[in-house]
Amino acid sequence: MATSTLPERAPAPAPALPLQQRHVGDRVFRLLLTLAAVAVPVLLAFLVLELWLGSRAAIERFGFDFVTSSTWDPVAERFGALPLVVGTLVSSFLALLIAVPLSLGVAIFLTEFAPGWLRQPVAFLIELLAAIPSVVYGLWGIFVLVPFLLRWVFPVLQDWLGFLPFFQGTIYGPSMFSASVILAIMVMPYVMSVSREVLLAVPPSQREAALALGATRWEAVMTAVVPYARSGIVGAVILGLGRALGETMAVTMLIGNRHDISASLFAPGYTMAAAIANEFAEAVADIHLAALSYVALLLFLVTVVVNALARLLIWRVARGVEGGRGA
Amino acid sequence: MTAVAPAFRIPPATTPATPSRTVLETERLTAMYGKVTALANVSLRFDANRVHALIGPSGCGKSTFLRTLNRMHELAEGGWITGRVLLDGEDVYAPRVNPMQLRKRVGMVFQKPTPFPTMSIYDNVAAGLRVDRGRAARVGLDETVERALRSAALWDEVKDRLRTSALGLSGGQQQRLCIARTIAPRPEVILLDEPTASLDPLGTQRIEELLFRLKEAFTIVIVTHNLQQAARVSDTTTFFYLGQMVETGPTRQIYTAPTEARTEAYITGRFG
Amino acid sequence: MNRRIWRRTRSGLMVGLVGLAVVLALVPLGLILGHLLVKGAGSLDWAFFTRGPAPTGVEGGGVVHAIVGTLIIVGVASLMGLPVGIAAGIYCAEYPGTRLATATRFVADVMNGTPSIVVGVFAWTWIVAPQKHFSAFAGSVALAFLMVPMVLRTTEEMIKLVPHSLREAALALGYPRWRTSLAVVVRTTLPGIVTGSLLAVARIAGETAPLLFTALGSQFLSTRIDQPMAALPLVVFNYAIGPFEEWHRLAWATALVLILVVLVLSVAARIATRGRFTLRG
Repeated sequence: MATSTLPERAPAPAPALPLQQRHVGDRVFRLLLTLAAVAVPVLLAFLVLELWLGSRAAIERFGFDFVTSSTWDPVAERFGALPLVVGTLVSSFLALLIAVPLSLGVAIFLTEFAPGWLRQPVAFLIELLAAIPSVVYGLWGIFVLVPFLLRWVFPVLQDWLGFLPFFQGTIYGPSMFSASVILAIMVMPYVMSVSREVLLAVPPSQREAALALGATRWEAVMTAVVPYARSGIVGAVILGLGRALGETMAVTMLIGNRHDISASLFAPGYTMAAAIANEFAEAVADIHLAALSYVALLLFLVTVVVNALARLLIWRVARGVEGGRGA
Repeated sequence: MTAVAPAFRIPPATTPATPSRTVLETERLTAMYGKVTALANVSLRFDANRVHALIGPSGCGKSTFLRTLNRMHELAEGGWITGRVLLDGEDVYAPRVNPMQLRKRVGMVFQKPTPFPTMSIYDNVAAGLRVDRGRAARVGLDETVERALRSAALWDEVKDRLRTSALGLSGGQQQRLCIARTIAPRPEVILLDEPTASLDPLGTQRIEELLFRLKEAFTIVIVTHNLQQAARVSDTTTFFYLGQMVETGPTRQIYTAPTEARTEAYITGRFG
Repeated sequence: MNRRIWRRTRSGLMVGLVGLAVVLALVPLGLILGHLLVKGAGSLDWAFFTRGPAPTGVEGGGVVHAIVGTLIIVGVASLMGLPVGIAAGIYCAEYPGTRLATATRFVADVMNGTPSIVVGVFAWTWIVAPQKHFSAFAGSVALAFLMVPMVLRTTEEMIKLVPHSLREAALALGYPRWRTSLAVVVRTTLPGIVTGSLLAVARIAGETAPLLFTALGSQFLSTRIDQPMAALPLVVFNYAIGPFEEWHRLAWATALVLILVVLVLSVAARIATRGRFTLRG
């Protein structure tokens, strides 16, 4: 038994601390935190307000025709954003078409088949792709990716799939297709990492049950794991869509920047974000600026809807609401 | 009623014959979570320099009761009370009372050891002293920390590594560190909420030995679901059941001659 | 029997295929980093880090103006964005049930998904338009806006990991709530908050779109926050889309510097999390 001195005698009535004492620290603390927390929604509301004020002239003048008309003529002060909307949607969908199978493949490999020592490093490397600034992708795209696509990919695609309108016509380097490829690379880490999380959330019992029934490893994944995580994976894809829709720099540098709707993916196009990036600093006419603000407002609204949808789906899997019902 | 045949050693009559000053007192105390009553109408007195044990099966309200004494109960979602808690005759729920001040006079030790992970052993013990006394607290801080650690029977084990992380200690040592941290600011009352629940038998034994000596300086209220423990360490025992205070009295009497059938049933292990 | 062999083969084939996806996914990373090194490293000499841009058509020149610009713009953005993001994150974790916390959390998610170019338009309309001239400060505001939701969510997640018992222990010692939050809860999660902050800084350091019509870029070394200012990503962009070989060389070198900054910050973030004390209940 360790020796220790006896404790001192009872502190007795001693100078007992008064129970009543004013304290303002907590109020000040909460007030400061509350101010910061209030600032966040206020800032966003302010963003919406400013965008709306900035684009009001264009909204009043063009109304909803803005998104159905395809004339974009700053000199004549006529603005229609249809080519931008179409370009944004086409490049994003094409990017997802390329990125999703790849991302899911990686996610499935990492969660289901990869040896333990490989999982963390590979996931880290892929997520490193997300850390590369957009403008660096653009640089690499201009000088490496586009020449490569021009030389090896586009001619081959035209040879094989030339009967489709998407692959006909003159081949341009900076084009819808080039932009989509770079977008695919950029979106992949997001889709991959969210899908991976969703797949990791699937209880092991799901795949064990399938394996116990004699399924092969691949069949177990496809019949038990993926259906279970289905809505979460859809959420991951939509989250990727949100990223692709708003991606600016790399697309601006590779898409060719032409206010045109062309069936051919080898032709230059434009996206909403790219148009803002290119024209905003140089626009002089107020109505031109207003039109670009209008584009920004629309882009913002679309990404809000898309992201909300994605969060909802991911959240449902995380909560296990979907359960095994997908199967 | 016949005497109960206890399943274990009957505690010695440790209670001194001399009556003692009442330090803490509850009057018709009712504790609620929203609209759910956790504890109804409890009136109890705790005398100075005694160990008071609160026993009863899980969910009987004993921990809630303990937490009303230093106003930790109201931090829980929807926690509120009616009735009064008096510390040295002063209502601790009076409108102008600052709970922070109260908690400096009524310390608490929890079920799991809770050393502050970013602080050294020394800083953990000094934490309560540094709360608001500013630079004045630094004077004699070393002595106070040492005394607290000695009182908690931990000094010899940690005196050479006071500046190292508190997480390097064993579970039992961590719990004694938490006791040292609690007694360093010299509260009047120490509340212990199942302090040995997560410890091994040796760690438990050391805490129990400690309580014997600590009561010379402090008034102690301990919640335990371990009946043997209550019997070993306490001077008075109160039995809670289903949110009611069933019986209270000197520990020896509660264990040998309870007046309530439910107490007898619980003590003899018929439920719980 | 045949069927079983077919199933096994298919399973093996598909596993091979998803393995191939990993390789395919890693190819761009290797290529991008490789090209940056090959095309950029040769240009990183003393002059590159100490000189401003050379006149058009003249060889040489450096990006010191952009390095200083990025430091200032990102620094000012961090001064504004980090405190707000961290404080709001603490609020959401400390008062989780409140309506304000729910709203703030939701809004942060919305902000996280907002395209950075849109935030640039916002900063332009709010600050540049009324002042009638481009300014580095407007760029900082845009970047700060992007930081807030990132820092907010990591701070909140980190604080949520602190066991409730730790908070109770501090309160039971007579700690006021604010000191419990700062000295115990936030202090315990500090490495995590630092990591989140560094990652946020790393992300906005590479942002170009919000600076295009706020900080705008400049050919000169400037420290005036109310004037146009150069920044590394803007230099990469302008040189990359320019017509001269010399510019392209500088673009690669600048991009290499940019990616090194981002990587160093990311690695520093990881080191910060490996603090002396670990989280434990």
